[in-house]
Amino acid sequence: MATGIKDKVAILGMGCSKFGERWDAEADDLIVEAFMEAMQDAGIEKNQIQAAWFSTAIEEQHVGKSGTPLAVALRLPYIPVTRVENFCASGSEAFRGAVYAVASGAVDIALALGVEKLKDTGYGGLPQRGRGHLNNLFIPNMSAPGSFAQLAAAYRAKHGASPEDLKRAMAHISVKSHDNGSRNPKAHLTNKVTEETVLKAPLIAEPLGLYDCCGVSDGAACAIVTTPEIARSLGKRDLVSVKALQLAVSNGVESSHNSWDGSYFATARVASKRAYNEAGIKNPREEVSLMEVHDCFSVTELVTMEDLHISPEGGAIKDVLDGFYDHDGKVPCQIDGGLKCFGHPIGASGLRMLYEMYLQLLGRAGQRQRKDAPRFGLTHNLGGAPQQNVCSVSIVGRYDG
Amino acid sequence: MTGIVSFGGYIPRLRLQRKSVAEANSWFNPGLKGQAKGERAICNWDEDAITMAVEAARDALTGIDRAKITQLVLASTTLPFQDRNNATLVAQALTLRHDIQTLDITSSQRAATSALIQALRGLRPGELALVIASEKRRTKAASPQEMAYGDGAAAFVLGTEGVGATFIASESEAVDFVDHFRGQNRDFDYAWEERWIRDEGYNKIVPPVLKRLLDKTKLAGDAIAAFAMPCTLARVVQGIAKRVGIAEERVRDQLGAECGDTGVAHPLVMLAHALEQAKSGERILVATFAQGCDALLFQATDALAKLPKRRGIAGSLARKKAEANYSRFLAFNDIVAIERGMRSEVDKQTALSTLYRKRDMVTSLMGGKCRKCGTVQWPKSNVCVNPNCNEFKSQDDHPFAEQVGRIMSFTADLLTYSPDPPACSGMIQFDEGGRFMADFTDVEAGALKVGTPMQMMFRIKDYDTMRGFVRYFWKAAPAA
Repeated sequence: MATGIKDKVAILGMGCSKFGERWDAEADDLIVEAFMEAMQDAGIEKNQIQAAWFSTAIEEQHVGKSGTPLAVALRLPYIPVTRVENFCASGSEAFRGAVYAVASGAVDIALALGVEKLKDTGYGGLPQRGRGHLNNLFIPNMSAPGSFAQLAAAYRAKHGASPEDLKRAMAHISVKSHDNGSRNPKAHLTNKVTEETVLKAPLIAEPLGLYDCCGVSDGAACAIVTTPEIARSLGKRDLVSVKALQLAVSNGVESSHNSWDGSYFATARVASKRAYNEAGIKNPREEVSLMEVHDCFSVTELVTMEDLHISPEGGAIKDVLDGFYDHDGKVPCQIDGGLKCFGHPIGASGLRMLYEMYLQLLGRAGQRQRKDAPRFGLTHNLGGAPQQNVCSVSIVGRYDG
Repeated sequence: MTGIVSFGGYIPRLRLQRKSVAEANSWFNPGLKGQAKGERAICNWDEDAITMAVEAARDALTGIDRAKITQLVLASTTLPFQDRNNATLVAQALTLRHDIQTLDITSSQRAATSALIQALRGLRPGELALVIASEKRRTKAASPQEMAYGDGAAAFVLGTEGVGATFIASESEAVDFVDHFRGQNRDFDYAWEERWIRDEGYNKIVPPVLKRLLDKTKLAGDAIAAFAMPCTLARVVQGIAKRVGIAEERVRDQLGAECGDTGVAHPLVMLAHALEQAKSGERILVATFAQGCDALLFQATDALAKLPKRRGIAGSLARKKAEANYSRFLAFNDIVAIERGMRSEVDKQTALSTLYRKRDMVTSLMGGKCRKCGTVQWPKSNVCVNPNCNEFKSQDDHPFAEQVGRIMSFTADLLTYSPDPPACSGMIQFDEGGRFMADFTDVEAGALKVGTPMQMMFRIKDYDTMRGFVRYFWKAAPAA
């Protein structure tokens, strides 16, 4: 009988590069930047790492395939390195690989590192590229904002929300993330914006405007994990342990079966329930202290508040506008600025979310530190499109063992 | 009795306002102002002779059992492929039988009428032949052709039973009279002086052919209720009619004001339009002038009025959107080099082996229906998508192309590259089951609504400009 991942693995150290338009840096520069911080934090030697998981998503335009880019960048001593890719949830998948390796007892210390070097396309936004021989023949011509914008039409139709109310709640989400990003020196975007600026911005994909879309950034983030026992033996006092790691993957029901209404993420609802169960959380709205969710677009964050069972169904607009998810609200969401402002270097993003939860749980988040001691930090890392996606929900918390 | 069993038409929805063409170009050619009346049909960026042929054929196949079609002839001088059987592509899109004869007839403005004559003569009892004519001619900016031409298609189902217009007789003449030509690998027509074409061409070549046809059918000109003959020169057809004893009011309108001359398709467009208004017993004469002449005589029967409702030419003409932006027309037709941006540079190579393997799914929009639970789905797959079923290898073919669905979600995307931004797309859900994310076409971004009924239309998905290939798929357009 499976017992779940709860408290079997602790985070020994984490690192994160400065995110942004890193015209100065190649992928290996970003890898080293994040890794050196994590090594210093963990207080170990590189050669103590016994296995690594490496996440990148759009490999055709930066480091290429396989685990070699990580092994070469860090001169890892012929240890196993596995490259993982699961759309924009790749970073969480690297973490899951490393954590499971430690939990299995196969290794004592493992590394998860994600990197993405996106700003070499010559234009703004995500690279436009092929999707495979068969997909190219029928998948509609839509950008990432185009596919996520579809949520808005379906959400309005389902809940009878007015376009104005939805747009205003979406704007509040972006204003809030810019406000949070202004307190984060590693964030890609650190400017505050007003609701008026957001609402008046040019449209990208109806109803998403420029400020409803997250930044396209370069960056790397990493985690070094081990067992709580080994962490203690290495002299660590305050520990952050893994409480839950869940992943749900669409199987075509949303895209081909009429049971889904287009207004929510079926995967997120499943993955979050399983995660709460694994972590022993009964009432997420009361027990989750902080969240970093996959706010690739403001409307994604909005519906995710319901998919994570924090806001009641149809209640996200009200909660958002009430400030429930603001940095000083009941459950702050994107206290580091989120994908929106910290940035979204795809392969690194899941690990960046965990990095922020780790800092917050240890009280090391500087001027954006949540005052009342956080207990559970949730990360939600999504990849794909509303009608077909992968959704990772992870929960980390203070280790009480 | 051999003749026309059914017919259909398709004129693209966009109508370029000729005034906008003249306004843009009169600095160069002030004479264009004389042609600056009315509008001409232009293809959307995702339409060509193939897509219009499919739409005209679908219209003609209204109420027809497609399994009975044993022959498909496609007439056009503007087919997208010089070496690939275009008619076979159309047959695949129409989900016709695999054991049919397919043929492209091209390289003359007489292609469609000659195709009709060939097919009518070769019909065996009980069989149905589908003859389609479709044309989208490129024209130089500021040319008279740009004003006079239009894009369009018409299709005819021919047979020996249930005939709505009996084929009486035909007459042809072959003369190497080159009023215009388009050489190999040339984009545009090259034409000689109009007065010579009128006097030495139309007026000398056509009347004797019509007279021979009337003589051999022992009919006088006043027996003709409708005379349909394309000609962009003013009053030439009226003059020809007079010479053979057909009253001027029997001459069919050229549809110049609302459509323009659709080239190879035009005699069939005009014939279809005439049939829409014909009464039982009326005789319709259709003729084409091009390196000689074809003339065909039909007589409407009682069955004509009993044909099920269709879009036809009249319906196509009514389904329209005025386009006053001449610059858009130039860009759609690659007449100006517009800055398409780096996002347009994605390689559009088609894996031909994949396309072949998935031709039913992609070209025919064939889905599946689960034998165990009855769930209808697209694409047809190895495992039923119904989460309460998931049966393996349980699906029979289920066609989606003729189903009407509804918009479940949508957007208007300004980021992705589109030849006509914004790129509108969304989830289309079908009432009897099945859904998929689809590109939208012929829509207005501001008018999209959840629940809007949408029909599927066969359109160009991508142009592979590097290799000269065109990729086709089905898109959702507002249901008529």
